[in-house]
Amino acid sequence: MGIEFRNVGKTYPDGTTAVRDFSLDVPSRSTAVLLGSSGCGKTTLLRMVNRMVDPTEGAVLVDGEDVAQAAPVGLRRRIGYVMQSAGLLPHRRVIDNVATVPRLNGADRREARSRAQEMLEIVGLDASLGRRYPDQLSGGQQQRVGVARALAGDPHILLMDEPFGAVDPLVRRELQTEIMRIRTELEKTVVFVTHDVEEALTLGDQVVVLREGGEVAQTGTPRELVEEPADAFVARFLGIGTGERSLSAHRRATGGWAIEDPNGRPLGVVEAGALSSGATSAPGTVPPAHEAAPPGSNQLGHGRSPGQRRPSGDEPGA
Amino acid sequence: MSVDWILENRAHLLTLTVSHLGLSLPAIAAVLVLSVPVAVLANRLRPLRGVIVSGTGLLYAVPSLPLFIVLPVLLGTGVRDAVNVVVALVLFGMALMVRSVADALDSVPAEVRLAATAQGHSAWGRFWTVDLPLAGPALLAGLRVVSVSTISLVTVSAVLGVQSLGSLFTDGFQRGIIPSIVSGVVITAALALAADLFLMALGRALMPWQRTGRGSAS
Amino acid sequence: MNQPAAALHLLLDPATWSGPAGLGARVLEHLQYSLLAVLLAACVALPIGFAVGHFRRGRNLVVAASGTVRALPTLGLLTLVALFTGLGLLAPMVALVVLAVPSVLAGAYSGVESVDENVVDAARAQGMSRWQVLVTVQIPLGLPLILGGIRLASLQVVGTAILAAYVGAGGLGAPLFLGLRTYDYPLLLAASAVVIVLALVLDLAFGTAQRLLRRLPGLRGGT
Repeated sequence: MGIEFRNVGKTYPDGTTAVRDFSLDVPSRSTAVLLGSSGCGKTTLLRMVNRMVDPTEGAVLVDGEDVAQAAPVGLRRRIGYVMQSAGLLPHRRVIDNVATVPRLNGADRREARSRAQEMLEIVGLDASLGRRYPDQLSGGQQQRVGVARALAGDPHILLMDEPFGAVDPLVRRELQTEIMRIRTELEKTVVFVTHDVEEALTLGDQVVVLREGGEVAQTGTPRELVEEPADAFVARFLGIGTGERSLSAHRRATGGWAIEDPNGRPLGVVEAGALSSGATSAPGTVPPAHEAAPPGSNQLGHGRSPGQRRPSGDEPGA
Repeated sequence: MSVDWILENRAHLLTLTVSHLGLSLPAIAAVLVLSVPVAVLANRLRPLRGVIVSGTGLLYAVPSLPLFIVLPVLLGTGVRDAVNVVVALVLFGMALMVRSVADALDSVPAEVRLAATAQGHSAWGRFWTVDLPLAGPALLAGLRVVSVSTISLVTVSAVLGVQSLGSLFTDGFQRGIIPSIVSGVVITAALALAADLFLMALGRALMPWQRTGRGSAS
Repeated sequence: MNQPAAALHLLLDPATWSGPAGLGARVLEHLQYSLLAVLLAACVALPIGFAVGHFRRGRNLVVAASGTVRALPTLGLLTLVALFTGLGLLAPMVALVVLAVPSVLAGAYSGVESVDENVVDAARAQGMSRWQVLVTVQIPLGLPLILGGIRLASLQVVGTAILAAYVGAGGLGAPLFLGLRTYDYPLLLAASAVVIVLALVLDLAFGTAQRLLRRLPGLRGGT
């Protein structure tokens, strides 16, 4: 179940290869993040799931069935899709934008609208916004509408293509939090494409780091990536060893450690006794991140509230 | 036999081609020379802009044949006078051009203009070295449309008795000579195509873009 | 009495407008010809234009073909066809449709193409079929440009429909050519004035329609 990429590749007629021999298993109700800079084929991979792109080699399986056997239009109606530019229909009210898929699936207008109204609430938008047109909303609100639209058909798969790439960092944090809540509440399987390392580590159950030409550099949990980057490319991409992600710890008078980010801003504390063995020797300054961040702090991205995080400035691909 | 007709009438065809060009080329040249100052005027005198732009737009809606007929009243010429045709064609060309040239001149980025002024260009010098070259592509595109439509429109004046390649249509129709009409169509289309290609080549020669565009501005 | 005044006098005389050969009947004929020609042109050009705009293929071919067709002098085409079909409405219809097709075509494909690619992509990704994308997204959002093409074609056709009378059909060309043949300058002038007014009114109507269209949400930026 879930989504399975089986040795997929994509070579365009002009000979350029966007993706080669890519395999990935995305278990049901988990989130996989495809992380890489532009030109790494991450969007191509995402679009193979709903057949916006057909692979030239291999197969993509959804719930064990090859999508190549499914009619594209029907398939897309069963899979939610959110993109960077929300891509809302400018000539339709917000409510009708959200009602698109239910309408396509044959629901009558009233039924589709009430479904859409529900979705607006789920993504945290006031019901009154439904009567507006997309141009009358802020970028963040449009993005929420985009998510609501993707959810309206009640798909169990959600494809998200840099959905928060165009909104400002503060709003991005908010939206990321919303997405984490929604996917848990609604039990969605999510494939998420981004070039933002923080976003990938925050959202992914597993993260695939891609290099140019759709080659996998490393696949793993956020923790695995940070603790054991497969090679220099991954380490550099994640900002490990460059100082970008290096935390420092200072002994507290009351015991334990105070953890600071690379700018010397306090991030939190590690209580005495929370440290696992091997990390007890006092790390005076600037140890590599995977040594400095004690397990108790639950790794980068996961244990901290959004407010404590430094604004994202580490986008190697941007 | 159609070849025979063409060979027999080649002197006539040449005469008509010459008078066709005699009507259309001055008109095209006048459009080029007149539409730029009018466009500049429209941009300088803001209140006039709306009047000029919508006025020329309205003019474009006026059909050609009736204009050929009405103009003599204003010009004091005869209906079959070639001057009417040229003036009408110029008005049409302007209707097409003035707006696009005014828009193009208007869209020269303010900072480019400011930079040119800061470098000590006079308003006049700036117009020649900055505004006009940057508006060049729009000017050329407009002129290409104008030249093709002008060369084609001239033929209509034949129904009024003005000599041009259009006379081949009226004569051919009245006397049932198919080769006359066909050669008229072919020559007219060839002239239009030639004018278009010539202007395109001229544009390439005058505006190798990196030199005229950025070079003069920075 | 000078000629413009004579023409005006003619236009103000009810007798000029009544009867089967009166200006009233001629205006109606003229509008019928024009409407028919634009409708036929739309039937040909809109589907082709929509397809070219939607599939984004064949644009160069269409542009080249339109360019060639535009270079054809309408009077030449009209007289040529008329030599084969004889006097009547068929030849003017062919000529007018050929005249109108390139403008309608250009409006249709540029209208469909002008729609934000992201919006189209999103619509497809939500599961709209190609047909649904075209009909519910691209055509409505491209309407200002599509209508612009029809507007231009209509103006060209109304102006050129005069020539129908040159090969024996009716319309406002009939009094115009009559005036020309009989050196009746006031009649010539009056008929010309009516055509001009007709064209301006049509232009105004289309302009108003386009302005109203742009008031609709989502169509503001329709260039």
